[in-house]
Order: sequence, then C-alpha cells, then structure tokens
Amino acid sequence: MSLTWEAVIGLEVHCQLLVPQKLFCGCPTTFGGVPNARTCPVCLGLPGALPVLSREAVACALRVGAALECVTRATSIFARKHYFYPDLPKGYQITQYEAPLLEFGGLDIDTATGVRRIGIRRIHMEEDAGKSIHTDAGTLVDLNRAGVPLVEIVSDPDLRSADEAVAYLKALHEIVRFIGVCDGNMEEGSFRCDANVSIRPAGSPVLGTRTELKNLNTFKGVHRAIEYEIARHAHVLEEGGAVVQETRLWDDAAGRTRAMRGKEDAHDYRYFPEPDLPPLRVDADEIAAARASLPPLPAEIRRRYVEELGLTAYDAGVLTSEPALVRWYETALTHHRNAKGLCNWLTTELLGRVAVGELETCPVTPAGLAELVALIDDGTISGKIAKTVFDGMFESGESPGTLVETRGLRQVTDTAAIEAAVREVLEANPTQLAQFRAGKVTVRGFFVGQIMRRTGGTLNPARVNEVLDRLLAPTDNRPDES
Amino acid sequence: MAPPPLPFASLRTARAAIATGEASSAEVTQACLGRIAALDPDLGAFLTVDTEGAMSAAAAVDAARAAGKALGPLAGVPLALKDNLSTRGLRTTCGSRMLEAYVPGFDATVVSRLRRAGAVILGKVNLDEFAMGSSTENSAFHPTRNPWDPTRSPGGSSGGSAAAVAARLCFGSLGSDTGGSIRQPAAFCGVVGLKPTYGRVSRFGLVAFASSLDQVGPLSFDVRDAAVLFGAIAGHDPADATSALSDVPLDLGQLPEGGRLRGVRIGWPREYLPADGLEPAVAAAVRRALDTLGALGAEVVPVSLPHAEHAIATYYVIATAEASSNLARFDGVRFGHRAAEAATLDALYSRSRAEGFGLEVARRILLGTFALSAGYHDAFYAKANQVRALIRADFESAFGEVDILVTPTSPTTAFALGERTSDPVRMYLADVFTTACNLAGLPGLSLPCGFDDAGLPIGLQMMARPFAEAELLRVAAAFEDAAGVVGRRPPAAAEARP
Repeated sequence: MSLTWEAVIGLEVHCQLLVPQKLFCGCPTTFGGVPNARTCPVCLGLPGALPVLSREAVACALRVGAALECVTRATSIFARKHYFYPDLPKGYQITQYEAPLLEFGGLDIDTATGVRRIGIRRIHMEEDAGKSIHTDAGTLVDLNRAGVPLVEIVSDPDLRSADEAVAYLKALHEIVRFIGVCDGNMEEGSFRCDANVSIRPAGSPVLGTRTELKNLNTFKGVHRAIEYEIARHAHVLEEGGAVVQETRLWDDAAGRTRAMRGKEDAHDYRYFPEPDLPPLRVDADEIAAARASLPPLPAEIRRRYVEELGLTAYDAGVLTSEPALVRWYETALTHHRNAKGLCNWLTTELLGRVAVGELETCPVTPAGLAELVALIDDGTISGKIAKTVFDGMFESGESPGTLVETRGLRQVTDTAAIEAAVREVLEANPTQLAQFRAGKVTVRGFFVGQIMRRTGGTLNPARVNEVLDRLLAPTDNRPDES
Repeated sequence: MAPPPLPFASLRTARAAIATGEASSAEVTQACLGRIAALDPDLGAFLTVDTEGAMSAAAAVDAARAAGKALGPLAGVPLALKDNLSTRGLRTTCGSRMLEAYVPGFDATVVSRLRRAGAVILGKVNLDEFAMGSSTENSAFHPTRNPWDPTRSPGGSSGGSAAAVAARLCFGSLGSDTGGSIRQPAAFCGVVGLKPTYGRVSRFGLVAFASSLDQVGPLSFDVRDAAVLFGAIAGHDPADATSALSDVPLDLGQLPEGGRLRGVRIGWPREYLPADGLEPAVAAAVRRALDTLGALGAEVVPVSLPHAEHAIATYYVIATAEASSNLARFDGVRFGHRAAEAATLDALYSRSRAEGFGLEVARRILLGTFALSAGYHDAFYAKANQVRALIRADFESAFGEVDILVTPTSPTTAFALGERTSDPVRMYLADVFTTACNLAGLPGLSLPCGFDDAGLPIGLQMMARPFAEAELLRVAAAFEDAAGVVGRRPPAAAEARP
C-alpha cells in the first residue's frame, strides 16, 4: 500500500546585516581580506574584553522586522549559547534565545495554488562565528567574520514542498536585498539557509520526526536537498523504519544528504542571559522609524506596475529586480509618465549597455531618458532617430533636446517639405521608378531608404509613406506628369 | 636587609608632597620598590614587579612637575594592581598557569584611568586563581602571607592587594570583588576596601569571573585614600555596557574631619548578629562599632534581611554558572596555555584546560556547567536568580528604613594558611556576610574596627543604597576618625612612619 505523504518544512535563514561595523565592537564587517586583520580584543574574545551592542545593527534588524510584519519586543534579551569550536573565540555565541527582538511575522509567497502566507516565527539578532579553513597542514582560523551582525529568520513549518520552500526563500532574499539590509550573497555566506524537513501522512495533524539540513548554498541546492530528504523519509517510513532526528549535510556533488557525526541533540548549549549586556530596549520611535524608512516592497510595486501602469508582469518583474532600478525608473516617471515607453527604453536600450550597479554613474539620467521618450511621444523625433539621439546621450551626456537641435534631428512633419524630398528622390532615380511602374513593388523600400538617408532620417516616417504612396499611385500626381 | 620606611602615612600626603616638590615621585617609588625587595620575598604579595615601568612613570611625573604642568589626582603615587586587571605590555596572569605568559595588548579602563591620573604602577599582585577563593592560597604561583601574622592567610581573592597595602609596599591598590574579594582581605589585613555599586566602575579589562557580580575597587590605608582612588576610577565607560551613567560625586577626598552622624540612620541585620560561626571577638567589636556610631549621633536600629541565609548558596550557583561560561574562552587556541602534542581538537581542549586550571577553578567550572545544564537549569540557575531577586528586595526594604547597613565583614579574623584548603564549603562560608552585597549590586566597604586577642584586625562592613558611595564614605570616615584603630601597623610595617 502506498500512502500519500505531506511534507512539513520550515526554514532558518541567517542574513548578514549590511552595516559597517560588527555587532559588539567597532571592527569593519567587510568580507575577505587578510585573515584576522579585522579583529580587536572584543571579537577575539580576549580576557577582559566586553561587548557593546551596535544600535545601528539593531536599527537594521528592526527594518527586517518591519518588512516581514513582525511584532517587536520592547525588551529583548541577549543570551550566551555555549559550544567549543576554534572559530568561536569566547566559547559561546552571543545570540537571543527566550526573548528575541522580533516575532509573529509573515511573508506572502506565490504558490501553485495561489498566494499563501508563510508565518515568521521569530527573528533574533546574533553574532557570526569566524571561519575554519581546513588544510592538509591543519586547520586555520580566520576571525574577520567573528562578531559580524546576523539576523536569524525562522519560519513557521508552513511550507509543504521544495517548490514552496524555494519560493519563500526567493521572496525573503528579494526583500532583504530590496530594503538594503543584506547583500544576499549566498556564495560569501551573507545569506544562508538551513531547512527542517519532516513528512506525515496527508491529512494527519501529527508532525513527523524532522531532520535539519545544512550546507544549502544555492536555491537549486535547497530544492534538491529538500526533494531528496522528503523521498528519503518516505522510503524509510515505507520500509517500516523510523526517521532519526538529526542534522544532515547536503552533498551537492553527490546529490544526497548524510548524517553529521555527533547528533545535535547531544549538544547542550547551556543558554543563559548574557550578563555583559543589559536587556535591549527598543522604543516606539525606533520601531516607527524602521517602518518609515522602508521602501515599498517588490511584490507591492509589481502589483502597482501591472494594475496602475499597465506594464506586463514580465516587465514589472524586471524593473523590481533591484531597488536601484525601481528608484531610477520612478525618478524617470516623475519627468514623463509614459510607463511602457520608459520601461522599454530603460530595460532594453540602457540596460543593454550598462549594469544596474552602473546606472547611478551613467551619462543617461532618468530625466534625460524621460525627455527622450517625451520627444518621441510628441512627434519631435521618430523612434528610429531616438536611437541616434540615445547614442549621442550615452556618448556625450548631452540632453536629448540639445542633441536634436544641434544635430538637426527634429522630425519634419510638414507635408510640403516631405513632398519635395520624395519628389527629389523619385526624380533622381528614374530607373527604379520605371521598375516600380513595371510592377516591381519591392522597389518602394529602396525609395523609403533613399528619402530617409538624404534627410538624415528626420522625416516623419508615416507622412513619408503617405506622400510616397500618393506620388507612386497610378492615377494622379505622378512626378513625370507634373 | 632592613626595608626603607615608607615616607608618607597616606596616599593623600604622598600626593601633596610630590605636588609641592617636598619629595619626588622617583624617591617615593624607589622607597616602595625597596620595601618590596626587602619584604615581599617573605610576604608573597607581588607576582610581577615592573621596576622599569614604575621608575619611568615616576620620572614622567617629576618632569611634568618641573615643567610646571598640571598634575593628576594621583600624580606620582605608587600603586599595585590585582593581577586580573589587564595591563598593556605587562603580563596579567590571573594567578593561573593558564595565563602565566599572557601579556595583554590593552589596558583595563581602570588602569588607563589610574595612568591618566598620574599613578605609578609598581606591578601586579597575587590573587586566588581567576579571583576564585577566599585565602589567596589558590594562586598557581605561591600563597600570600598576612602581614599581621605570616602563618595566616591575608584573605582573598584580593589577598595580594590587601597584603601589599597593609605591609606598606605601596600607597594603595586595586582589587576586584565578586562575593567579598576586596572586603574580606581588607578585613583580614586591617586596611580599607571598597566594593563600589555594580556598574559604578568599568569592568572593561577586568578578566571576568562572574560578570553580573564583579566590581573593581580600591584598597587603602584609610577611608579618605579609598575615596581618592574611587574617584579616580569611577564613572561611565562606553566600553562596558553595564557601566552606569550616573555621575560620580566630586571631592570625595574632602570628607570632613571628625564628622558627626546626626540624622543618619544605621541598621544592623538581626540575621547577622549573632550568626553561626561568628567569633565572639568579632561580634563584640561590631557591637562596639555600633555604639561608636550611636555616639556620633547616628540612630542605630535593628533591621531584617529575611533571605540573607540563602545568600551563600545563591551566590555559589550564580557565580559558578557565569564563571563556567566566562572561562570557556581559555581553550588553548588563541592565547594562554596550550597542551603540547594534543592529537585531536577534543584532546587540545581537555588537556590545555586540565593543565592550565587549578583545582578550585576546575571545581567551579564543573559546578557552574552543571547548574546551567539542560534538566538542571531551572532547579539551580533559574531558582538562584529568583532568590537573588528576593535578596535584592530585602535590601530595598531595609534601605527604606535606614541609610547604612552595618555587619561584620567576615565571621572570623584571618585564619591560618592551609586551615581550610581541604574543605571548600568551610572556605565558602568566609563570604557569609559579603556575597549578598554583590547579589544586590550595592556598594560595600570594609574598614578596621578593632583587634582580637591574637592582635589580628577585625573588619566592619558598611553597605549603602546603590550609587550612595559618597554617603558610605562619609559615614565610614566619621567612624574611622572616632574609632582610633587606623594607626596600628602590622609588624611587617611597624618601622613605617605613623
């Protein structure tokens, strides 16, 4: 008999906060560099050194809480979590245990069955450990990372599949990057995920025994590891076995999880309140300031772009991939409200040439691009000429208005002038005209090209077509008859 | 070799003489170094004497004075530091093999404040290993003897700080007090010791024993010297998150001579007089002290501290729990003793720690680890914190009725070396009157109030409301002026100028 299993998944995500200084000392948080160069008595855990909490990191954590709609504790408590490891200088990690800063939040994700809210059980602040580098000659320890501020975001066990877990993780990743609290760099470890996985017969209210998966370094890894683990649990249970509660490492190359030596439950962390730090008090003003400092979140922006600006879901997605892009786009919109036009020029032309990170220093400004689109929209230039103007803007940094004037790119819509130009071309090319008359209609394209080339492309293309058609028409106004 | 006499009777007179040029700091420092050289081989107060550093600091003060520069409140005065206070470039052993060769790269905040005040640091003095003990016999290097009787303990854990002051090897010292470690040795050695309010003095650079209880404070010849030293080290430190923001009263050294105590209400806890194990001579001296305080105009009344009897048990759970955590960093990885030839990481840890820590430290780490363990945490650590809250409430209630509480500092005078080392519980009972003060975070002071039949000093403890050190010092100074015990010198310092 084959049961239908339901997976129950919760994620624990560690985010390195984007603040310049460590959580309890003044050392810089920059990644890499000469090992152990960015350390001091506090983050080295030297005898007599004491931690002092960075309020900047607290403010940053409060922003995470605001974005994930958490309740903030007015008084939260730091605690010591004890274990011995060479990259843990004090023999304990300062974290929050019984009284975390933030609780009871949530995050909406898109699933196969529609939007679902995933509960955020708690978000607490803690310091990172250092890094152990295992070499053939022995283990080396780099404490540059020791004391770097983290928040651990713990979801409720609300996720039901690997797809949902990844959707949640991506949504979380997007938000923390978007609000500027974390660079989201999974390779450098500034955004790390552990997954708790269990399964139960579909419909059962009882939770199965869970395993904790570590070493999930990519979204794909998270997906594969959870899928693997769900299948492994099902196999164990279907064979009549029992899942062992343990921590398992994902081996990406082998595509499987394996038990870590030493069970986590054998660990007694001996938590107790950190006596070197008074309780962390946060007042209503700080919570309000965190909320007020938040930009609109990407999901909300996408909804608005589609519903109010009429963009496609795809375009809205591209524009909200980076906060800098949203800022740039919205600044441009304040100058000219052609949402679609600006989106196209920004995403295809401009981002075809520069990366998002270079937008701020790019010679094409939001106001400049908005002016360009406005010039197209009011017929001053054609879309084709606009590309020339855009090239000029990109090279010289000049405004499109200036470029149109100095280079004589203004579109000609005056019928008489257009007619003169068309006639000139037809007269200059009697052979082609004869061919056209003989029925070779493709020659028409040759005339358009000639007209545009002679006039530098400034003639309104629609009018040119109109006039050309009229002059080529068999009945009247043939140039050779006038 | 006969030691040179100490040229001045107090830190204040030494400071004044150096400031006026009557004496140079170099001469005064030289006198202290001479006394250390002559007396300390027998006394064992010092672990490290920094002759070069001291003479160079003294020369700097003398040069500053010659140049007409303003001098700090401790300018040129030689002091000693308990060896759990970090000193830049000067080894800081904590009385432990673990840190035998450890040289800090930074000064504790109290040390930099002393330096800024112009103090001359003679060196580092002995203590029970990591400040865990009540006799200084737990030092990994050697015990310190009591200047009043070399067969006896100077108390502990700041035994070196107390003995060095009592023997007039320096003009004052700093100690640390977690459960009585300044006050009890001060009592045993017949000097003044002040444990400030928790948070009053920075703990930055003090190698932690029990973080919620530890405070740094001065030991001195008399109350007014204690006030000067306290004034120099107290005050907010941004590097210590538990350091208080409240202001330190100025002019603590200007305590009025022969002050009266009219309007001051003094309470003596019924639970402490009499108490089990309290020596009759100590009880009698404390009763006489209460009479003296009454005669000075204070209103002396009995008060009640109903949970006082649980203070020792509560203290030894909380202090060991915090110690087990604070001492986790001594793992042989980054600093301190590392076992040779450890084949595995676990072996590195267990052997480095087994070799580096002494028996009492190991005992307390084990006790504390147990008290915090899953399944025992609630019965021990959590329960102890509940009792701590009750003890604190007892004091709040008592201080609703009185301004100062008076108790014996220690139930006995100095006990013999070796007498209690095999009986840790009996050793722990030496702290019976002092631990509650730390649990409640109050300021407490010990000063001499008499002598027993063997001629050993008896200490009187006074406690005040949080941050009321100024009042505590004022009452203590008035008592000191009236009690007339301050002039007595131990044999080792008998030749010193009165």
